[in-house]
Amino acid sequence: MTRYKTLRDFPVEEYLSPGSTMCAGCGAMLVLRAFHKVLGPNVVFVNAAGCLTLLQVYPYTPNKSSWMYTAFASAPAGAQGIRDALDILMEKGRVNSFEDLKVVVVTGDGAAYDIGLQSTSGAIERGLDFYYLVYDNEAYGNTGFQKSGATPYGSATATTPPTERNPTGYTGVKKDLFEIWRSHKPPYIATVAPSHMVDMLRKIETASQFKGPKLFIAFSSCPTGWGFDPSLSVRISRLAVECGIWPLKESVYGKVRHTYIPTVLKPVEEYLRHQNRFRHLFTPRKQETAIASIQEQVNNYWLEAAKNEGFRITVAKPVTIAPP
Amino acid sequence: MREVDMLTGNVAAAWAARIADVDYIPAYPITPQTEIIETLASWISQGLMKAKLVQLESEHSMLTAAGTASLSGARVFTATSSQGLLYGFEMLYNIAGWRAPLVLVNVSRAVAAPITLEPDHNDVLAARDSGFIQLHAEKCQEVLDLILIAYRVAEDHRVMLPVIVNMDGFYLSFTREPVYIPSKTDVEEFLPPYNPPHPFRAGRPVVKGAAVLGGHIYAYFKHNIHESLLRAGDVFKEAAAGFREVTGRFHSPVEGFLLDDAEYVLVVTNSFTSIARKAVVRLREKGVPAGLVKLVMLRPFPSSDIMEKLRGRKAVAVFDQNISPGLGGVIYNEVAAALYHVKNRPETLLSAIGGVGGKYTTVEEFEHVFHMLMHPEKTQPGKPVFLFRADELAHVQTALRLAGYTGEET
Ligand code: SF4
Repeated sequence: MTRYKTLRDFPVEEYLSPGSTMCAGCGAMLVLRAFHKVLGPNVVFVNAAGCLTLLQVYPYTPNKSSWMYTAFASAPAGAQGIRDALDILMEKGRVNSFEDLKVVVVTGDGAAYDIGLQSTSGAIERGLDFYYLVYDNEAYGNTGFQKSGATPYGSATATTPPTERNPTGYTGVKKDLFEIWRSHKPPYIATVAPSHMVDMLRKIETASQFKGPKLFIAFSSCPTGWGFDPSLSVRISRLAVECGIWPLKESVYGKVRHTYIPTVLKPVEEYLRHQNRFRHLFTPRKQETAIASIQEQVNNYWLEAAKNEGFRITVAKPVTIAPP
Repeated sequence: MREVDMLTGNVAAAWAARIADVDYIPAYPITPQTEIIETLASWISQGLMKAKLVQLESEHSMLTAAGTASLSGARVFTATSSQGLLYGFEMLYNIAGWRAPLVLVNVSRAVAAPITLEPDHNDVLAARDSGFIQLHAEKCQEVLDLILIAYRVAEDHRVMLPVIVNMDGFYLSFTREPVYIPSKTDVEEFLPPYNPPHPFRAGRPVVKGAAVLGGHIYAYFKHNIHESLLRAGDVFKEAAAGFREVTGRFHSPVEGFLLDDAEYVLVVTNSFTSIARKAVVRLREKGVPAGLVKLVMLRPFPSSDIMEKLRGRKAVAVFDQNISPGLGGVIYNEVAAALYHVKNRPETLLSAIGGVGGKYTTVEEFEHVFHMLMHPEKTQPGKPVFLFRADELAHVQTALRLAGYTGEET
């Protein structure tokens, strides 16, 4: 039975005080706040370089819990050290079990998808008992929005600027971190989004039953990098889910289930249109082929999922245009 | 009760970790260090040692886990070599900045390219500015002793800094020598349990590794590390005195050999010291007033001990088993800086570079260095002398010839 049925069940305890250095409307902050509420105060966050690193600027902290900044590539290894130390010291009787902490890695997508992928892989393979929360804003946000392994096709970033010669922006494919993780067979993986809070709270609750790696990829709407008004942060997140761009799902010991099915997918254009990073797809001339290919990827994903899990879905039509 | 055993440097290091009652050993294999972690792993799995050993996926991760475990209150031991030390390099600065008092054994091995297995000190000296204390061993017994002393110094609340204990790959790591293993009670008397200042515990939130904005705060912390590192020099002497009480063995940051009336002195570190000693004895037999200074401590740099031991000598040579291309020997330059303010400093200060990539340095070569000190007019001041024998050059030429190299462009 879950404690979280409606938004009214959102825990009232607050562990992050307001007034940090994050941008207004930052989706990552919403996610971190929710995580902290469900996990409670006895947490040590293990962080790698990213926007949230600047939550702690000496000598101030908004956290009521502990925090360890490690290095860009090795937050999961930092978590390993803390977990192992607490375990061996409890075993040797030098730490009491009531002094124990939950160890939570929190990093951006640069650390999770790129430079820290190796250390995450190692931690999962060793069965480390920890949470990993990735706040995925699909680029290196803290350094000014350069492309990362999480950047989707068609996005403009500071290192993939759309030009005459390359009108599309980034032309690679966003890594499927969920599947990379799943190939390691950890007990629990989930995707979450700040627009779907009850879904998120339930997943954190579910995860806490498992010993071992519990991994989360959070859609993190980023007004600064993506170019939209901070007040729209939750709306953008909702559109990402409703258009099928950001599927909400979980994997328990490798078995995947979608936790929210957008029965009639909205066209991806509705999501793309609101963000400056995709503006070049619409103006000065609309790049029908690029948009159609994004739609097609989304459709294929959901048709496959519907087949595997046996649900019904109506996909949106790719905008088809005759070649010139 | 004391035991004496024939141990390799690697197994001596493992014994030190065992009798220091280390809690946690993050590990990653690399030659020539691997025997250390294999020995510890086998003891732990047989229940002979109560600790946790975890093999990470790289030295970078290994050092990260070592640092955070130490901050969580565990006594941490780890080991690496060469490429491994460099792969984890950024974490050395972090561990020192976090004030995590762990002990890292570096089994020296020259750095690629070209890739090789044998030792020189470019690996460990690259870490000289990281904030680690550095202790260098000549013998297997020193490996064990220095690790025990290292924990006491590192965990002292006046210091709170990590230590690298260095031994030469092959020359020490795989060479058996007699080693006395102190008893458990002796070690307990010398080394109190680790008492971490603010470990991660429920109900006592703490932030570690926080960012700073502004050079003034960064500089404040760096000065702090510098001051603590300087203090570590005195704390080492205190600890060494305590160590002598329980074991009868004495260690000091700088050791002299036949120094009393020595006019020509060679400064050395690590395992080649044993060969250099032989040269000194031979010269003494011929009536040459030769002597030797061994640096055990490289950080903090024991400037005042060096000044005291080298003042008034006629000529001094520094043997560097490393090379900073474009400069010369690393330790030579540090010794020169230490001597600058000495009034009656030696007139000649010669830089000799040898043993790079594990290249053997013979007694005769060390004697040759002393002969250069006796005839400084034949040397170029400030220019390093490379110890490279004619037969070694012939070997290289033979190899090239066998490979079909004629010396002409084809
Ligand atoms: S750049 Fe984006 S992710 Fe970073 S703090 Fe600002 S809104 Fe949040």
